[in-house]
Amino acid sequence: MSGYRGMAARWLRALCLAVLTAVVVACGSSGPSSSASSGKPSGTVIVLAAASLKGAFDKIGKDFELAHPGTTVKFSYGGSSSLATSIKQGVSADVFASANTANMDTVSGDKMTEGTPKIFVRNKLEIVTEAGNPHHIKSVSDLAEPSIKVAVCAPAVPCGAYSSQVFKKAGVTVKPVSEETSVTGVVTKVSLGEADAGVVYVTDVKAGGSKVGGVPIPAKDNVVADYPIARLTDAPNKAGASSFVSYVLSAKGQQVLASYGFMPAASH
Amino acid sequence: MRSSRQPVNLVVLCLAAITALFFIFPLTGLIFRTPWSSMGSVITSKTSTDALRLSLIASLSTTALALCFGFPLAWLLARGRFPGKTLLRGLCTLPMVLPPVVGGIALLLAYGRRGLIGEPLNHAFGISLPFSLPGVIVAEAFVAMPFFVITLESGLRSMNTKLEDAARSLGASRWTVFRRVTLPLIWPSLAAGGVLTWSRALGEFGATITFAGNLPGVTQTAPLAIYVSQSSNMLPEAIGLSLVLVLVSLTVMIVTRDRSST
Repeated sequence: MSGYRGMAARWLRALCLAVLTAVVVACGSSGPSSSASSGKPSGTVIVLAAASLKGAFDKIGKDFELAHPGTTVKFSYGGSSSLATSIKQGVSADVFASANTANMDTVSGDKMTEGTPKIFVRNKLEIVTEAGNPHHIKSVSDLAEPSIKVAVCAPAVPCGAYSSQVFKKAGVTVKPVSEETSVTGVVTKVSLGEADAGVVYVTDVKAGGSKVGGVPIPAKDNVVADYPIARLTDAPNKAGASSFVSYVLSAKGQQVLASYGFMPAASH
Repeated sequence: MRSSRQPVNLVVLCLAAITALFFIFPLTGLIFRTPWSSMGSVITSKTSTDALRLSLIASLSTTALALCFGFPLAWLLARGRFPGKTLLRGLCTLPMVLPPVVGGIALLLAYGRRGLIGEPLNHAFGISLPFSLPGVIVAEAFVAMPFFVITLESGLRSMNTKLEDAARSLGASRWTVFRRVTLPLIWPSLAAGGVLTWSRALGEFGATITFAGNLPGVTQTAPLAIYVSQSSNMLPEAIGLSLVLVLVSLTVMIVTRDRSST
């Protein structure tokens, strides 16, 4: 019996040691990724970006890594409001790219961005339907039909706030069947045929490819979404963050964004 | 092996304390950050009361469904003898290990409007589960019912079947044996399974939001409302509602644990 206990104790001590070692190693390894605060970018750049930017930013990230050897760009995509919350809760990141100015303002208002955020791209809304538009949806007012199941973004998510502006401008009352927490949720519900239509960004319809169709919303009813980007004050990798922001604003970055359906920040 | 009053090993004690603190700290954080002054208005807001009401209805319905439909399945798995039983058990308890979002997508593909079963159902009766309260219950049952089945099955397996034989040999009918012998013997696992299922259903998020969507007052259960609040810069609202869920679950856990074991 004592032999059994002795062995168990030895095992436990070994386990404790292993856990401690793992913790120490994990803490140690995260250190050197941050680089000097000026000069040539290197190390890991952590970018928090609106879900609607995923396709374009994945590409820009790869291009940036090629242009600056020794750098790695890591993205965390999500609803802009959710990302703003995590920044305010102290998540460690270098760059924040939001799908609207309101969420960026809550972050920069708390002095958590370096300088004034810059509008780097614009987007607008479009009606997303199933491929081939089987319900013959032609305009925003068709979405008010009780027989049409409409999915929208929740009011707190930028695309949801923009959608309600569109409905207001068009003078229609839309009763959605679901308020999704991200724009991708709306696209999924429509592409699977659960919802007949939804309101999303032009870029999401483009990204949906052949599985979905798009019905343009006329300019008089549409809303232009400004996407601001900024380096975070507590960025662990300041040099990397700055050069990533400049890269997004550069001609090369803008070209990639345009290819995903975004509108340049200059035109309005 | 007499091991009743051995002093507890120091290493065991330390590790146990670390684990306990690991669980306790997040709860403390929640209580520490609770906006007590606005708690009243947060909990009584329309969004919160709607969400809590829907959570209660859906989780209790799920538990009732588990009793009606999970019980026979547990019985079959514990007592039945047929080929492929292990496979059947594996398939029926798969949702326990599946990420709930995957469960939600699978549910859409099966019971959605264009799903394998959902499409004929929609054509024949005009029934469409997504975006409705029944859809929420289906999502919760899919994720939570396996806990009931697996708990009850192990209860049925570990009970002494000789007592049933004895009762039967003394002339008791099958129904009497079930009611007077089997049920009292498996009562602890029945209660434990029910509580596990109920609490899992109450906390269900991923499958619900994927399959049933999110609409306040219709399909937005408390976890969904919490997620929406925390992702909308409304952290106090999220914390307030979270605290209610924590208190309800903790009370039920402690009360039932005291009743069924120790």
